[in-house]
Amino acid sequence: MSILGGHLLGLEYLSPGQIANLLDLAEQAASGGLPTDALRGRVVANVFYEPSTRTRTSFELAARRLGAEVVNFDPERSSVQKGESLVDTALTLEAMGVDAVVLRHPSSGAPHLVSRHVRCRVVNAGDGMHEHPTQGLVDLLTVRRAFGRVAGLRVAVVGDMLHSRVARSAAWGFSKLGAQVVLCGPPTLVPRELEALPVAVTHRLEEALEGADVVMALRMQTERQLGGFVPSLGEYHRLYGLTPDRLRLARPGALVMHPGPMNLGVEVTPEVAYAERSLVLQQVACGVAVRMAVLYDLLASPEPTPVELRPVSRFELALSGSGRV
Amino acid sequence: MEALLLAGARVLDPATGLDAPGDVLVEEGRIAAVRVPPQPQARPAGLPTLDLTGLVLAPGLVDIHVHLRQPGETHKEDIQSGTLAAARGGVTTVVCMANTKPAIDDPTVVAAVREWSRTASVRVYPVGAVTKGLEGKELSPVGSLAAAGVVALSDDGRWVQDAGLLRRAMLYADSFGLPILQHCEDPALSAGGVMHEGTVSARLGLRGIPRSAEEAALARDLVLAEETGAHLHVQHVSTAGSVRLVRQAKERGVRVTAEVTPHHLILTDQCLEGYDPNFKVNPPLRTEEDLEALLEGLLDGTIDCVATDHAPHAPWEKMPELDRAPFGVVGLETLLGAVVTRLVYQRGWRLLDALAKVTVAPARVLGLQAGRLQVGGPADLVVFDPQAEWVVRPEEFASKSRNTPFSGWTFRGKVLGTLVGGRWAYADPELLRRQLGACPGKILETEGDRGPQKSPRDFWGGPVEVGP
Repeated sequence: MSILGGHLLGLEYLSPGQIANLLDLAEQAASGGLPTDALRGRVVANVFYEPSTRTRTSFELAARRLGAEVVNFDPERSSVQKGESLVDTALTLEAMGVDAVVLRHPSSGAPHLVSRHVRCRVVNAGDGMHEHPTQGLVDLLTVRRAFGRVAGLRVAVVGDMLHSRVARSAAWGFSKLGAQVVLCGPPTLVPRELEALPVAVTHRLEEALEGADVVMALRMQTERQLGGFVPSLGEYHRLYGLTPDRLRLARPGALVMHPGPMNLGVEVTPEVAYAERSLVLQQVACGVAVRMAVLYDLLASPEPTPVELRPVSRFELALSGSGRV
Repeated sequence: MEALLLAGARVLDPATGLDAPGDVLVEEGRIAAVRVPPQPQARPAGLPTLDLTGLVLAPGLVDIHVHLRQPGETHKEDIQSGTLAAARGGVTTVVCMANTKPAIDDPTVVAAVREWSRTASVRVYPVGAVTKGLEGKELSPVGSLAAAGVVALSDDGRWVQDAGLLRRAMLYADSFGLPILQHCEDPALSAGGVMHEGTVSARLGLRGIPRSAEEAALARDLVLAEETGAHLHVQHVSTAGSVRLVRQAKERGVRVTAEVTPHHLILTDQCLEGYDPNFKVNPPLRTEEDLEALLEGLLDGTIDCVATDHAPHAPWEKMPELDRAPFGVVGLETLLGAVVTRLVYQRGWRLLDALAKVTVAPARVLGLQAGRLQVGGPADLVVFDPQAEWVVRPEEFASKSRNTPFSGWTFRGKVLGTLVGGRWAYADPELLRRQLGACPGKILETEGDRGPQKSPRDFWGGPVEVGP
């Protein structure tokens, strides 16, 4: 029985049970419990419209370890340069026999768009400022390994929430598994509207760090400074940078995470990033196992059930109104 | 030209408050008589007659915010297809925006649009640009545009950002009696945004357009309108704050009018959940709270009328990723159904009051001789079944484009026929069954006597069998 059933578009759409089962499957993958020929004859296409090293490489390794073929589609040197649309690119790959499209794209919702047009599986490998679900699963697995559980932990996410797909997936994943999530950063990057997610929002770092079991620093994209979101990276570091001093506010033994790539001296200092309680490298290590679990779940059953094309959400008018003509 | 008797309909005229069964006689393209109650004895034998019992006969709809895309973007729409879409929606008068390519910023372009409109299905009134090329830099030749026949000025799609320029444009345009239609949006606040900035955009990871982008721009424009005394018309109001601003301005006596689109009265930002570009509009769909304020503003007259902002885009243009797709939806063919369903069936409005917002009210905003049922006036009429349910099927649109947010929806209020100047611009086959009298075949004939309004297209998409 497949856990995901269709595509992996975001952790928002998964139940706590689905997430927990995927993490179990990832543990199984990590301990060599999945057959190395489970995906023999299957083709996975990495379609990355943005540069990526770790995500793309870990998907490729994951697919190969399960016996799948991998094609790396490079939009920079392809028909996309000739004006081909995203949907056409996906349909073309599907027509060539691709079983799963792993999509990284700068537009939020791009995998949703593709999933409405193709019947092969779609895995969101990061869409715009929306979600990065496999990274979210990696973060969950890392924490679950370190603490033996996720429920009941306090997780502080510090940084540019507004533009971060990693943070959105983490917020959904941790809260669905019963952790308490608090988001922190300047109001320009952590707007109050984010309370629409199951999280608390604060603009004071001390408040966020207090009693935290896990502190996740988000990458501060240097171009954000130019957009006028913060006056300078230096000021950002003074207000929100994670330093050993500040981490003392967190619970003793609190662990530090960063989805990478890091800007040392901006969101974290090297002392924090490379300290013993940093999980940064463990995070990377979980990456392949999680992606094996996802690909295995979507593609391993002998004949994956055809995916229902997702209907566009509609908000129909009720016609039983009070009016009379 | 043949005379035609439209018999036994429920005759509605929001301009006079008429709502009663009656007969309407059309002669020489004009309304020759309105007989309330119906007078069967006064129906001469041999006069082509349609029995409209159970149907509504009302002034044709007036839509003062339409993009016909001609010249320049006729793959999206042209005057023929756009006005045929209007006719199918019961709309007999459209006001078309200036953001064509080239823009309607020159009397020769106005003349061209008017020339192409001679064979259109419905009446077309062009709007001229406020600034040359809609660039917001230099005033367009307002006097020449007025002489060429524009009914208003607008850089629709773009806010006239330079306050000094807008102020001069208002003073100048007012001397020609031309209102300025403003798309209020401060790009400094909206840049890069694709939807309403709020909890949904935060969750979906989409860049937001805050309410202030509209309200700050509107507030400034109201100040200028108040100072100059010129007529400012606010296009597609979308927020509760804008409704408040317009209401306060009207209380102070500012010459301001406002419109709202059907989609802003029905849909909210939650529709973006599936990242479907058919819900991407500018101004963006807001929240339930805004929507309620818009309905209230429409009811109390703060917002004068409903206009569609019919903005056709080819399917391939509306298919890419949400942030790359253009803004806009089509609206002409769903206008009546949306208004009747929303205002009358859901909100309990009187049909007469709902129709006022799409007939006489928009006509008054721009001072058009339209939207009323006047003896001696042009026979621009719509026949519709207020109860009939119908499903929105974009593939059946007369418009060249399909980008409706209401695909698959069921509306009530179905257009069965549209008369423009006494000629059928659109007629549903249902009307064939309603012919009375001795002249079968004459009433619904599309060929022969259509004169300059004749459309090269067949209104039914194929040869019409006229029954015995």
